[in-house]
Amino acid sequence: MKQIRNSLLAVALTGAMLAAGCAKSGGGADASTIKVGEFSSLTGKEATFGTSTHEGVMMAIEEINAAGGVLGKQIELITEDNRSTVGESATIAKKLINSEKVVALLGEVASSRSLEVAPIAQAAHIPQISPSSTNPDVTKTGDYIFRVCFIDPFQGTLLATFARNTLGAKKVAIFSDVATAYSVGLSKYFKEAWLAGGGEVVSEVKYTGGDKDFKAQLTAIKNAKADAIMVPGYYTEVGLIVAQARALGITVPMFGGDGWEAPELIQIAGAAALENTYYSTHFSPQSTDPNAQKFVAAYKAKYGGKVPDAMAALGYDAAMVLADSIKRAGTTDEPALRDAIAATKDYQGATGNTTLDANRDASKPAVIITVKDGEFQYVETIAP
Amino acid sequence: MTELLQQLINGLALGAIYALIALGYTMVYGVLRFINFAHSDVFMVGAFSGYFLARWLPSGPGAGVLVLIGAMLVCALLGVLIERLAYRPLRGRSTLTVLITAIGVSLLLQNLGQRLFGANPRSFPTLFPVHQFHIGGLVVSSAQIMVFVVAIVLLVLLRYIVLHTRTGTAMRALSFNPTAASLVGVNNDRVISFTFALGSALAAAGGILYASNYPSIDPLMGTLPGMKAFVAAVLGGIGNIAGAAVGGLVLGLVETTVVALGGSTYRDAVAFAVLILILLLRPEGLLGRRIAEKV
Repeated sequence: MKQIRNSLLAVALTGAMLAAGCAKSGGGADASTIKVGEFSSLTGKEATFGTSTHEGVMMAIEEINAAGGVLGKQIELITEDNRSTVGESATIAKKLINSEKVVALLGEVASSRSLEVAPIAQAAHIPQISPSSTNPDVTKTGDYIFRVCFIDPFQGTLLATFARNTLGAKKVAIFSDVATAYSVGLSKYFKEAWLAGGGEVVSEVKYTGGDKDFKAQLTAIKNAKADAIMVPGYYTEVGLIVAQARALGITVPMFGGDGWEAPELIQIAGAAALENTYYSTHFSPQSTDPNAQKFVAAYKAKYGGKVPDAMAALGYDAAMVLADSIKRAGTTDEPALRDAIAATKDYQGATGNTTLDANRDASKPAVIITVKDGEFQYVETIAP
Repeated sequence: MTELLQQLINGLALGAIYALIALGYTMVYGVLRFINFAHSDVFMVGAFSGYFLARWLPSGPGAGVLVLIGAMLVCALLGVLIERLAYRPLRGRSTLTVLITAIGVSLLLQNLGQRLFGANPRSFPTLFPVHQFHIGGLVVSSAQIMVFVVAIVLLVLLRYIVLHTRTGTAMRALSFNPTAASLVGVNNDRVISFTFALGSALAAAGGILYASNYPSIDPLMGTLPGMKAFVAAVLGGIGNIAGAAVGGLVLGLVETTVVALGGSTYRDAVAFAVLILILLLRPEGLLGRRIAEKV
């Protein structure tokens, strides 16, 4: 009796395994769609970044699918929100890789959150393409981690050049956020380039992301009599910093990196406070490049006249580079897909020419934007 | 010298905001001997009520005051509701049970806020015209002065209510001995409801003024200022209304000093170290009275 029960059990188990096997092949290589995972800050502190990126990514995927998809299949985008919090992205990445069986990951904007996911993607041998994380450490995690934007050593150097040549500054103050890898890195590279160029740093103060009151630090900066203040932070805090600095009577130029770029910056700081402020970024909708203009027109048509920002353009390019690489690889298997992404050369996208170097980073020109009467305005393009 | 004075102004302005929030904490504690951890989230609801009211009401002189009063009414109602639904059924249970319920209410409000308002920060409208006064090299904004004035007015008003009105006498009687209070004709339920209404209205006033100074609001905005205000209340002697004001100002000055000396990354750590130190050295707070614990 016991034997019969055992053999029945064995049959049942075999059946279950076969069924599982079928399900696996159904969701894997022979699936009718190619699954791509995206983790993004759709809500929370950096919601504007995540939302813009997601809109760019979605537009790219829709264009690809409308043109017949890749390898004869449609791309299915699975997007998860990390609410701009620490720790959430890693959980999401594990879920996307293990349960959803995505072939690649797109994300994130914030370097800290890209760095959370990078070791997981590397260990699983799933390529991760960050659209706009600029901290150099992101791609140093391993050979499966890529980005389609420039990196902070370049951004820091160009900001130093800009402060010296365009602003004519000699003494600067640096006011950075200790809680984000982006701000720590960018301020460090700026300082190196600035000191190497003979500039002087008269004050270096710090804040922690989420702070609301910056008057004590700004009073110290004011007293140091800097010609310009560098604030390499994200827009939520930068908006409050600029407003409080102007309220304290600090009138010198203030500048920072691509973390400033969000319409909320103007709402939080107010148009008047933002006069005489500048930031560097990846893309300007006022660019005359035909690819950029094509992207701007398509984006406006899709999102009810909304003007795309750099995050949207980079999200679009990240998804396009991935689709292009899948086509060139002819498969979504590893390491062929990884090798194809690494071989990306002269891809012409919304943010210009994308070529990935040996460090899996893109080398691209940057643009400087200023705020005039509550509107973002293009100042100049600085080539690498 | 100018820098020192300017930092003093910064510190006092920050401290006045902590004091304003701490008033609500300390009043509820003074009457009920219980720390209402949901206070910091009522503070958030206050800021959001102000945000929405400001969009409905036509702008103009007096609109800011209307928004302030409106938000205080909304939060007073919310406070009474929370007390009815969450704390009253637990009356007579151990303090720990009520304390944990308060944390639950706090989390409920935070997550409800994220559900209803979204987690994205919103920019708070300018309710009161902001003007910068320059005195010598010093800068004081009208928003900072207003926080100060409102904090002092509310402090005086609160002391008057607690010390010189019938309801205040009932509150003190209740705080002293609830059973005896009800024996001499105090309606305990009504007095407790009133206490919560008053405390929540104070939280709303704090929320509006905080958002006017730092115009970026989100559903989790209450957590950190709420904790700082709690430190301020304990520092001044929890349950003591003047103590809350003193504690808030001291905390604001300590934080500003830490930042001015270049330790900006340690500002929160120092604020909470102050809490630990005061609990170790003078648990009754700066202005609190030492009460022998009866065993």
